[in-house]
Amino acid sequence: MQGQGAHTGALSPSLAPRLLAAIVAGRLSRDASRLLGRGSGTTFPGVLAQRIAPDVLARLSAQLDQGSILVAGTNGKTTTSRMLAGMLRCAGHRPVHNRAGANMLAGVTGAVVTHTALNGRPVGDVGLFEVDEASVPAVVQRVRPRVAILLNLFRDQLDRYGELDRLAALWSESLFGPDGPKTVVLNADDPGLAALAGDSDRRIVWYGLDDREAGTGVLPHAADATYCPCGNALSYDAVHYGHLGHWRCASCGRGRPTPDVAAANIRGDGMHGTRFELRWDGHALDAFLPLPGLYNVSNATAAAATARAMGLPDSAVLSGLRSVTAAFGRLERIRIREREVVLWLVKNPAGFNEALRTLLQQPGSKTLVIIINDRIADGCDVSWLWDADLEMLASAGDDIAQVVCAGARAYDVAVRLKYAGFPAERQSVRIQPLDAVLQGLRLTRDDKPLYVFPTYTAMLELREQLRRRGWVGRVWED
Amino acid sequence: MEVRIAHLYADLMNIYGDRGNIIVLTRRAQWRGISVIVTPIGLGDALEWRQFDLIFVGGGQDRQQALMARDLATTKSDGLLAARDDGRVILAVCGGYQLLGRFYRGADGEELPGIGLFDLQTTHPGTRLARCTGDVLVRCDWHPRRRGLVGFENHGGRTYLGPEAQSLGTVVVGHGNNGADRTEGARMANAYGTYLHGSLLPKNPWFADHLLIEALRRRYGPAALLAPLDNSLEAAAHDAMEARLLARR
Repeated sequence: MQGQGAHTGALSPSLAPRLLAAIVAGRLSRDASRLLGRGSGTTFPGVLAQRIAPDVLARLSAQLDQGSILVAGTNGKTTTSRMLAGMLRCAGHRPVHNRAGANMLAGVTGAVVTHTALNGRPVGDVGLFEVDEASVPAVVQRVRPRVAILLNLFRDQLDRYGELDRLAALWSESLFGPDGPKTVVLNADDPGLAALAGDSDRRIVWYGLDDREAGTGVLPHAADATYCPCGNALSYDAVHYGHLGHWRCASCGRGRPTPDVAAANIRGDGMHGTRFELRWDGHALDAFLPLPGLYNVSNATAAAATARAMGLPDSAVLSGLRSVTAAFGRLERIRIREREVVLWLVKNPAGFNEALRTLLQQPGSKTLVIIINDRIADGCDVSWLWDADLEMLASAGDDIAQVVCAGARAYDVAVRLKYAGFPAERQSVRIQPLDAVLQGLRLTRDDKPLYVFPTYTAMLELREQLRRRGWVGRVWED
Repeated sequence: MEVRIAHLYADLMNIYGDRGNIIVLTRRAQWRGISVIVTPIGLGDALEWRQFDLIFVGGGQDRQQALMARDLATTKSDGLLAARDDGRVILAVCGGYQLLGRFYRGADGEELPGIGLFDLQTTHPGTRLARCTGDVLVRCDWHPRRRGLVGFENHGGRTYLGPEAQSLGTVVVGHGNNGADRTEGARMANAYGTYLHGSLLPKNPWFADHLLIEALRRRYGPAALLAPLDNSLEAAAHDAMEARLLARR
C-alpha cells in the first residue's frame, strides 16, 4: 500500500490514468487561477478533479498514513483546525489541511488534490478537514475519517441548513453510521451534541470548560438547545456562552457528561490571549493561547482532546496552542495607512455575541464597523441580527464611540442598533465596505485599533478592495 | 397610556429573530410615552387573555412546534379564541401562524391539531419539494394606502386559506402561503398571521403602529392616537429591500 519512495514525485505506473488526470487538472487549475489573479483557487480544483474522477477524494485520502480528522460545528471550525494543525506539526506530522477554509466537498477535494504528488502519493501524512455543517455526510462517506470533532450547534443560516434538529439528525446518522470514525470528540457543554452520541459503541472523548466563574452566567435570548429531548426545560449550574455550560435535566436525569479533557482556571489577558489549565487523567498543564475569548478556550480544549486521542505528546499540544495565529478574518490584525485594523468575522448570533463580549472587556473607547451582506455564503436571512444582543453596544456607554453600518444590509444593522437603544448621533451608514472602513478610521482616535465585523462575503469584498491598494495579501498567501 | 403584551412561548418559538417584533412594539410605544409590559407565557401557563392588549407568538422548529401544539390545545385555545372574538390584537408568525389554523400536517403525514383561530390549514408536501425560502414583498390591499410589507420567509408547509379567512396581503415577490395562489398570511378581526420574519416589524413600522393603535383603541377608545416618529432609517431599510425585489421581478 505505502510504496517506497512515495514522495519522490515519480509517476507510479499503477496509477489509474483518470485519477492522474484529476490530480494534474486540479493542480494546474489551482496554479492557473492564482497566476491569473482569479481568487485563491481553493474550490475550483476540487470541482474539476471530481468531475474527472468522481472517486478522487476517497482514493487519495485513503493513502494518508495517519488517516484523517474531520472538524465540524457551527462556530470555531477554522480556528480549531489551525490549532490542531500546529499541534500535529509540532509532533512531526505533515497535515493535508483545507486551511483556506473552503469546507464543502469541493473544498476538501481541492485541498487533497493540490497536496498530492504526480505519483498519486499525498504530500503529507494526516488529513485535517474542517467541514461545512451540511457537507458532513458527503465528506464522511468519502474520507472515512479516523476522528471527528463536533464543536457546537448554534442557529446559523437557517435558510440554507434548515432546522437545527434536522442537522443534528444528519450528523448523528453519518458519524455513528458504518462510515463514521472510531473516535468522536464531543463538546460536553453543548446539550444538543450530548444527545447525538446516544448509546453508540464508538469511543467518545468528551471535552468541556470546568470553570464555573468564566462566562455569562445567564442564557442569552438566542439559546438553542435549552430543552431536553424529553421535553423538559434544562437547568444550568453555569452558562459559558450561548446554550453551552453545565446543564442537566431535572426531569429525566440526563446531564453534562464529565469531560475527559477540560480547561479550568481560565484567565483572560486582554486582546493578547488567555491562560488556562488543561486537565486530563488527573494532571494539569499550564497553557497559553494567544487569542482572546472564552469560545477560543473551548476551541483549544477541543483541539487538545483530539490531539490526545491521536496520541500526540503534551509538548506538541502546548506549543501548538502557543503558536496559533489568527485565521483569515478571525481576529486578524492588518495595517491600513499605519493604523491597526482588527477583522472579526461574524456569522450568527452566538458568534457575534461572544465577539462583542470579548471586545467590551477591553478598556478604552472603540470604533466599530459592522458589514452585513446577505449572499448565500453569509445566509440570505439576516433576521439573526435580532437574535444577537446588540443591546450590549448601547449599554456600554462611551466605550463605544462610533459604529459605522455597511454592506448590502447596512440599513438593517442601523435599524437594529436604533432599536437596541444605541444613540443615533454615534452611528452612520456607508454601504461600501471600504468606504465604511475609511470612515471608521477617520472616527478612530490615533492610537486605537478599528474593529471591523464583516460577514463572510463582506470580508472577501473588503479584502479584495484592500488588496488592490496593496494593504493586505491574498487569502492563500496566509 | 399602557400596552400589555403577552409573548407566547418566548423561549420555545424564537428561531427567526422574532423577538425583534417585541422589541419594535416596545420601543415604538415607549418613544411616545406609552408604557409597555411584556409578559412571557410559556408551556403550561394559563392565558388570562383579558389582561392583555396584544398577544404575540413566533416561529419554531418541528420539535418545539409539536410541544406548542399540545400546549395550545390544552391551556391556551379558549383564551386565544375569546381574545380574537373580543377584538384583541394577535400577531402570529410562521410556526405560530400555522398552529393558529385548523391543523398542520407534517412531511411524515402526522397531523398536529391547530386551534382554528384562522380558517386555514397547512400541509407539508414532503422534503423532496423545496422549502419556500427567500425575501418577500407583499401588498396589503385592505390598507387604505395599499401599503407593502417586506420580510423573509422560510417554511416547508403550504398554507391554504378557507372561505372565512382573508389574506394579510397579495404576494408581489416570493412564495407566501403556498407559492400558488399569491396570498400571504391571514387576518380576521384584529388577529394577523404571517410567514414573514426578518423580523417583520422593524422594516414595516407602519404595521407595527397599526397593531399598536388597534390595541390602544380597543382599550382606551377610538380617540387614542399615536404621535408620529422619525422613520427614516426604517424606511431606508424597507425601500432598499423593496427596490431590490421589484428589480428582480
